[in-house]
Amino acid sequence: MPVMHIKNFSFTYAGVEHPSLKNITLPIEKNKVTALIGPSGCGKSTLLRSMNRIHDLYPGNKYEGEIELLDFETNERKNILEIKKENEFIKLRQQVGMIFQKPTPFPMSIFDNVAYGLKIAGIKNKTELEDRVEQALIGSALWKEVHDRLNASAMGLSGGQQQRLCIARAVAVKPEVLLFDEPTSALDPISTGAIEELIVELKKDVSIAIVTHNMQQASRISDYTAFMYLGDLIEYDKTENIFLNPKEKKTEDYITGRFG
Amino acid sequence: MRLIVNKIFLALSIFSALVGLAFLGWILITLFMKGLNSFHFHLFLDDLIDGGLRNLIVGQFILAGLAAAIGIPLGMAAGIYIQEYGRGRYANVIRDLSDIMMSAPSIVIGAFVYAIIVVPTGGTSGWAGAIALAIMMIPVVINTTDNMLSLVPRELREAGIALGASKYKVILDIVIKAAKVGIMTGVLLAFARIIGETAPLLFTSETSNYFTLDLSESFPSLTVSIYDLANEPEKASRDLAWAASFILTVLVLVINLTGRFITRNKK
Repeated sequence: MPVMHIKNFSFTYAGVEHPSLKNITLPIEKNKVTALIGPSGCGKSTLLRSMNRIHDLYPGNKYEGEIELLDFETNERKNILEIKKENEFIKLRQQVGMIFQKPTPFPMSIFDNVAYGLKIAGIKNKTELEDRVEQALIGSALWKEVHDRLNASAMGLSGGQQQRLCIARAVAVKPEVLLFDEPTSALDPISTGAIEELIVELKKDVSIAIVTHNMQQASRISDYTAFMYLGDLIEYDKTENIFLNPKEKKTEDYITGRFG
Repeated sequence: MRLIVNKIFLALSIFSALVGLAFLGWILITLFMKGLNSFHFHLFLDDLIDGGLRNLIVGQFILAGLAAAIGIPLGMAAGIYIQEYGRGRYANVIRDLSDIMMSAPSIVIGAFVYAIIVVPTGGTSGWAGAIALAIMMIPVVINTTDNMLSLVPRELREAGIALGASKYKVILDIVIKAAKVGIMTGVLLAFARIIGETAPLLFTSETSNYFTLDLSESFPSLTVSIYDLANEPEKASRDLAWAASFILTVLVLVINLTGRFITRNKK
């Protein structure tokens, strides 16, 4: 049973006539990695950014269809497109975390970065905070590198470390789903490798959707792959089928590098 | 041919730069010579009535400090509004108005405060002077805050929102922190600007020969007193004006340099 289910979803940006996403139906399977691939402008980031409704930071966008999210506590499914109240948005973003293309450390200490989301979630107890921060940093393979300088500024970390810090920050609040928006495109190959390993490791605890331009990356780390083109979902299947046995001509053209 | 044009152009720029610097140097040298000549430590201990400057320096700082206490929060709040909350035309109108206000002649602001505060309250006062200076300061603070916040990457705001923070929390906890150094520098430069102002104080706070902390009467001001002293016939008064100018220049210079120092160290 998928943790998230996108159903007949269309999305139109504010002030634009034509929808950027047309009638998308796509499951995000539990404890799996789902990769969204496709050429620039195909709408894969737009789709990802709908899944935690970060689009709502800029008013006037139009959603149609449904995006169902399974609530682990109540075991109920809820359409996140119906969310209107501030506290529901906060809950949604605690359930569905996001990692951006460029690392986005906050201008504060390493500890405070990871504790930020926890404090918003209402955790005030100091020992509990320390425990959760430590776990998150261990879970994102950063603990060994930073355990002796938790109070140092996060801005002093390298790009790859900053990205892992952002992952730790997102993991700390124990989300159900993590959205990765091209998380390695600003990183060197070694840091990229570390992040990829981490993503595979993380799927034990969370379900993952990742937008990537790098098809090798999609084939290395994902269980399912969705190929998108000009706002349409062309094909969705197990990753090995998409790469070895695509059903659609467009998918084949794209993964063999004939366009894109 | 191109090389020759290049050289002529270079020579011209160097010449213009030297002319500019020469005048600046001239001003500073005159100021230092004349100022140091009449400089004495007792200037910091006696009030103007006894031939010192103590009350004036303290008064000038109180006026500027009060102006900052009014102007910085208002200016920052307005800057945050137009950058983070205001949308489209409304925010742009405020931004344009603030830019116009920034280039308003300071004597006009003095006259304005004279009309709306000094006349109704029946006389010059420290409050009127501080408000005039605050009005000078607000547009500068708005402009700095607006610009510095606009340099904070969009992703940083999104990352805060994506962790469940509400918009005001993201602005307070993250965006302002990221822009802190720039805003602080701008505010300090704005402060350096108002502390050397004369025109807004000329008929709002005026000045006083005595030490006072009572803001409801005429208030001692270094700059206004320089203006008065320089107009006196006796040499002693004019020497005192030089010394006061020297002290004021050093103060402004120190504040300016501090501002630059902060920027250089933190970025």
